Formats: sequence, C-alpha cells, structure tokens
Amino acid sequence: MAKYLLLKHYRGGPTPVNDVPMDRWTEEEIAAHMQYMNDFATRLEGTGEFVDGQALSPEGTFVRYDGEGRPPVTDGPFAETKDLIAGWMVIDVDTYSRALELAGELSAAPGAGGRPLHEWLEVRPFLTAPPTVTE
Amino acid sequence: MDEHRLRALTPGVIGVLVRRGADFAAAEDAVQDALVEAVRRWPTEPPRDATGWLITVAWRKFLDAARADASRRRREELVDEQPAPDPGASTDDTLQLYFLCAHPSLTPASAVALTLRAVGGLTTRQIAQAYLVPEATMAQRISRAKRIVADVKFDEAGDVATVLRVLYLVFNEGYSGDVDLAAEAIRLTRQLKAVIDQEEVAGLLALMLLHHARRPARTRPDGSLVPLAHQDRGRWDTRLITEGVEILQTALARDRIGEFQAQAAVAALHADARTAEETDWVQIVEWYDELTRLTDSPIIALNRAVAVGEADGSRAGLAALTRIEPTLPRFAAVAAYLHERDGDVATAATLYTEAALQATNLQERDHLTRQAARLNADRRR
Repeated sequence: MAKYLLLKHYRGGPTPVNDVPMDRWTEEEIAAHMQYMNDFATRLEGTGEFVDGQALSPEGTFVRYDGEGRPPVTDGPFAETKDLIAGWMVIDVDTYSRALELAGELSAAPGAGGRPLHEWLEVRPFLTAPPTVTE
Repeated sequence: MDEHRLRALTPGVIGVLVRRGADFAAAEDAVQDALVEAVRRWPTEPPRDATGWLITVAWRKFLDAARADASRRRREELVDEQPAPDPGASTDDTLQLYFLCAHPSLTPASAVALTLRAVGGLTTRQIAQAYLVPEATMAQRISRAKRIVADVKFDEAGDVATVLRVLYLVFNEGYSGDVDLAAEAIRLTRQLKAVIDQEEVAGLLALMLLHHARRPARTRPDGSLVPLAHQDRGRWDTRLITEGVEILQTALARDRIGEFQAQAAVAALHADARTAEETDWVQIVEWYDELTRLTDSPIIALNRAVAVGEADGSRAGLAALTRIEPTLPRFAAVAAYLHERDGDVATAATLYTEAALQATNLQERDHLTRQAARLNADRRR
C-alpha cells in the first residue's frame, strides 16, 4: 500500500474544462456536486482506501522567523497569481495507477450544467519510512 | 446501568479518592481505569452498589499504581495507612471538580479536555475522536492540564463563570464523532445545576436545551444547513423547549440577569413562534439591547442588526450595521441578507460570495455559496 495526496487548487493549476465559478451554478448543481464529493469519500472508506480529507479556507498568509525576540514576519494575503490550495484528500492504495484512477473520478465531480468539472487535481506520493529489508 | 449513569458517578468517586489523600492526577487516572473495568464487567456481574464498587476498585487501582511507582515514597507511606472512613460521594466534591477542571490557569482547549474526562468520565480516545485529533495528542493535552492544576488545592474556591464558559464551548463546538458533545454538554450542565443554585447555570442549561431542540430541523438529510427562518418547526423537540422555557422562567423570576439567561430568552422567543413570521422581533431586539449592556460584544451587535432589520425594516438593520466593524466574522453574510431584504439583489449576491470565502466551516460556506447562486440565477432570469 502507498499513500497519495490528492490536492485540489483554488488557483494555480491549469484551467479546468468546465470553468464556471460556483456562485454562478444553480443551487441544484451545487447540491449535486457536494453529494458527489461525499459519496466519493464514503465509497473510499468502504474500500479501505480513505485516510483523510480536509477543505481549506482561501485565507492564507506567508510567515517567517525574523530573529531572536522579534515577532515573525508575515506576508500576504497571496497575490492573485499565486498557487492556492483548496483542500486535500489522502488515500492509501495498492498502486500508483489506482491513485490516478481515483483522482480522475474525483475530477469528474459535476459542476455547472451538471457536466463534469474536468478539474485538474495534483497527485503527490508520500515519502515513506525506509523498508526493513534492503537487500 | 447505561453509560451516562455510569459516567455521572465519576466526579463523586474522584472526590472520594482525593479526600482519602490521593492527588488529583492519580485519582483521576485510577477512576478512568475503574470505569474501563466497570464497562467490561458490569454487563455480566452487575454491582449492588455501583458507587461503592467504583470507589473500591478505583482505590485499589490507585494503590496498585502507587506501589508500582516505588520512587514516590510519600505515597508508599500513604498505602500503609487505612483509608479514612468513607465520607461517600458528595455534591461539594463534584462542584470542586468542575472548578478544578475549568481552572483559569488552563487554556480553553485543555479545560474542555480535562472536564470531559474527569467530570464527564469519557475516555481519552472518545475525546480525541470528538475533536478530530490523534489519541496521543489528546492524552498529552490532558496530562499537561493535570500537571498545570497539580498545585491547586482541591477545595480552592472557584468561579462558576469559568465553568460555564467551558461547558458552553463543549456545546457550541460540537464536532462529529461517536460522542454527542452537545448532549454531553447538556448532561454536564444539568449535573452542575444539581450541585449549585445559580441563575446563570440555569440560563446556560436553558440556552442549550432550546438550541438542541432545533437540531433535528437544522440540517437536511444531505447535511446542508437550514436557516432558522426556513426550518420545519414541527420537527423541533417540544419536550426540550418546554423544559428549557420552564428553567429559564424560574431563573428570570429571580431578577439576576446574566448573559446566558438573555441569550436563552432570545432562543425562547424563537421557540414561541409557530412560524417564522410570528416571531416577536421587537422583544428580541430588547433582549439584544440587554445583552449589549451586559457584554458589549461586537457579535451581539451583529446579531442585533439582524433583529433590528426584522423588527424595523431592512434600512434600520443596515443603519445598525454601519456602527459595526466590517472585518467581523459573518459581517458580509449579515450585510448580504439585509441588502437582499432591501431589494438590492446585485449587492447581496456579491456579498454572499464574499461571505462564503470568509466562512469558517464547510456547512456555512456551502450555504452562503448557494445563496449567492440563488440570487445570481434570479438576476439571469
């Protein structure tokens, strides 16, 4: 088994095919989208592949250390061009191709007009602990 | 015996161990162990005297732990002493335990965790699940909290207001999980009310009951939020409402008003209205005025603006809004609502979109996005 992070971006990725902001959808389309996402997570729990999922607020700030005794320096909110993560799902699956398959399904969540979003999701493998057997 | 009744015995038993000489941290651990054993054994061997059984087993667990810890000589000496005659579980102990677990030296998160474990008798795992953190993290939070209050004398006088704030947090930040934190907060507040006669304790209990009564109507089957005005009031729990109103009236009759009583009064006025249209907004505004005098909180001012908008029209509501800082959470949502009522659909839609971006929970974000979508769709027609 290997863990993968499926990252959803508010912006920063390539433009999705069905690119209409959510506040321009109908209420029914929003409900259908939410339902799809919930069903997806529930199904992965059922197959034993779901690990974690979390949505993030678009508010974000860069922070860094600014020396002993000084408060940290902050920068932000992010410029409109910066990559902005919207949320993630962690899955634990047998193969990389399974991870891609699931990301593809998640990207097909319905959007405006009930049509699939074709949203770009980023798939990132977890780095793991070293194996016990090395030769 | 059901789990709630078993857990209700927890504070009294901890109190007995502390009075026999155990320090709070060790007593609390011992009682947790005894509870675990009770859950395992009682289904097949129900005790005749549940409290007595728990005291005996917890005391034995405490002695075992003390013996195992040979470096702690003071406690070793204690082991050889006969326990003092059992004073029995007392209500004073229960109250002292609430004070200790909500001690002002603790952070809110620590006080919540410690209260749920020591007063509520929940396991660390249950509390961890409820707050969506790993069990090891919650275990550390609880043991740190116990170290912080280690030097506090068990019978030190406490402030019931700090306890109420902790219980309010448990009720209001109820996450999902196996444990129903809202119900647990109600149980703990009920138990507190039984040991201390104070109007604000009653006020908080009434507030919780009146809000809990609406829970079945608050979400749709798909989990989405239903605002108060659109809730199916037939699904409100009338038994809880009756109880909440009675408790509130008794408290209000004593004429020692406080924040929780005033908030409960607002909830009671909503409960009184058979339809949203029948809501007595004028009285609700009066209660918000009272709350403003009591707390001067900007959140109260924001809620008051909504009530003013209903009582005196959207223009009056928008006017009330001009005196509030726009950076306040939910400001945009309230402004959107009032602008929509005022007929300015375009501004309302923009504000709902803005409010959705600022939302701090998913349900609210989805709800606000839907509001924006609804108005945008209307405008396209």
